[in-house]
Amino acid sequence: MKRKTISPHEKYLLGVKKNKLIIKLWQFGILAVIIGLWELLTAVGVMDAFFTSSPSRIVTTFIDLASGGEFFYHIGVTLLECTVGFAISMILGSLIAVLLWLSTSARKVAEPYLVVLNALPKIALGPLIIIWVGSGAKAIVLMAVLICIIVTVISVLEGLCSAAPDKLLLLRSMGANRFQLLTLAVLPSALPTFMSVIKINVGLSWVGTIMGEYLVSGAGLGYLIVYGGQVFRTDLVMTATVTLCVLAGGMYGLTALAEKLIKRRNKKRSASQV
Amino acid sequence: MEMLTLDDVYLSYHTKSGETEALGGISFSAKSGEFISLVGPSGCGKTTVLSVIAGLLKPTSGSVILDGKTVSAPSGNVGYMLQKDTLFEWLSIEKNVQLGLKVRKMLTPENKAYAHSLLEKYGLKEFAHSLPAQLSGGMRQRVALIRTLAFRPKVLLLDEPFSALDYQTRLDVATSVTGIIREEGVTTVLVTHDVTEACSLGDRVVVLSPRPAKVRKVLDVPLKGDPEERRNDTRMNCLVSEIWKELKT
Repeated sequence: MKRKTISPHEKYLLGVKKNKLIIKLWQFGILAVIIGLWELLTAVGVMDAFFTSSPSRIVTTFIDLASGGEFFYHIGVTLLECTVGFAISMILGSLIAVLLWLSTSARKVAEPYLVVLNALPKIALGPLIIIWVGSGAKAIVLMAVLICIIVTVISVLEGLCSAAPDKLLLLRSMGANRFQLLTLAVLPSALPTFMSVIKINVGLSWVGTIMGEYLVSGAGLGYLIVYGGQVFRTDLVMTATVTLCVLAGGMYGLTALAEKLIKRRNKKRSASQV
Repeated sequence: MEMLTLDDVYLSYHTKSGETEALGGISFSAKSGEFISLVGPSGCGKTTVLSVIAGLLKPTSGSVILDGKTVSAPSGNVGYMLQKDTLFEWLSIEKNVQLGLKVRKMLTPENKAYAHSLLEKYGLKEFAHSLPAQLSGGMRQRVALIRTLAFRPKVLLLDEPFSALDYQTRLDVATSVTGIIREEGVTTVLVTHDVTEACSLGDRVVVLSPRPAKVRKVLDVPLKGDPEERRNDTRMNCLVSEIWKELKT
């Protein structure tokens, strides 16, 4: 008998691997089927490519736009607006959350305002935004910030308040002041919350940016989508939308990767020193 | 010399539903290096006594005098060890041990070296750079103790520090922890609901009444040696049942 014997554990690992592969196959399979069906149905005329566009037309439109160079300008504008909006909401929102944590009274006073602002559909502020800051990139960034910042304040504040009371008691018994409580126990405890807020905001800042571009802009992917819709060029709308999917997915992937790297570094640091 | 004196300490809590009297005139004192065990029925305010000594709560009347000074706020002269080890899971063992020094802004090379020497002395040196999650429950509790000793507090407060451990670990850790405390000669107040533990660790046992807590009796523990020897002493049962009688009446 020359058959190689495998231990139960190896068998288990093999099973896990196989399972992972099957999931991946399904994920890609579904995408391939959707694209294939879309192309097929438009090619044979079941679906009208004038209304639904088609994968091949999206690719041609993409190449067309890309060769002009203007498309990358639009992508750049949207990316910039989105990143600036994201950065401002993260920094400002966290800062406000920390200030509210420092004062219990301020927190209580602010609570109903936060609740109402959180519930308010921020798009309703659109006309006001245009009146206040004009109809340029500023208005778009402001829209993104308005959409992200309230959630940031509420979530980060919740993270700050969730620090274990035991730890605070211990520090207070050592004579720690409120600032030391913040830096030694509260902020480090809030790190996981902070990470998840970053992930949420990556998504929300895209929502805000595109909404802002619908409202006012003369450039950007949102602008292309609105413009394409108005002149009935579904190819343009679809191409911009697909590009948006890829960009938003990519940005989310980057944050997830960063989180993973930070976690791994922490693990490694502790493991290497045992 | 008296290191710690509680003189007729009263404390009432105010809540919306009214006033609760937690401490009803507590007086006892501890000499330098003495180990006092505090026992009482559950909910009688044992932890409140420790909070008052630590300066976290202000007595309504009466006073706490620590090394000749009246306690009015957390001063950093007190090391407080809680039921859970409360190690900061994102800090290495060494950084955890230096926490008190950092809070009190005493992170000098000498003090760091002292903290490190404590780790070394009590067999935790090789874990100095590990994270708390990599240590066993007993080891974590020892780290928590070293953390409170590292900034050289005048009085050590232990709030049921062993009750989160399983029975066997508990005996081992109680022995090693009291060994460390005796070795370093720190005045200690231990709160526990376990009468045997109180007798096997303390020099004296202070028995408290139900709320509002008063001192019902103070007993000298005539036993000598480490906790294990004391538990095996024939006089132990007698002492324990005497305290039980006090607790029941």
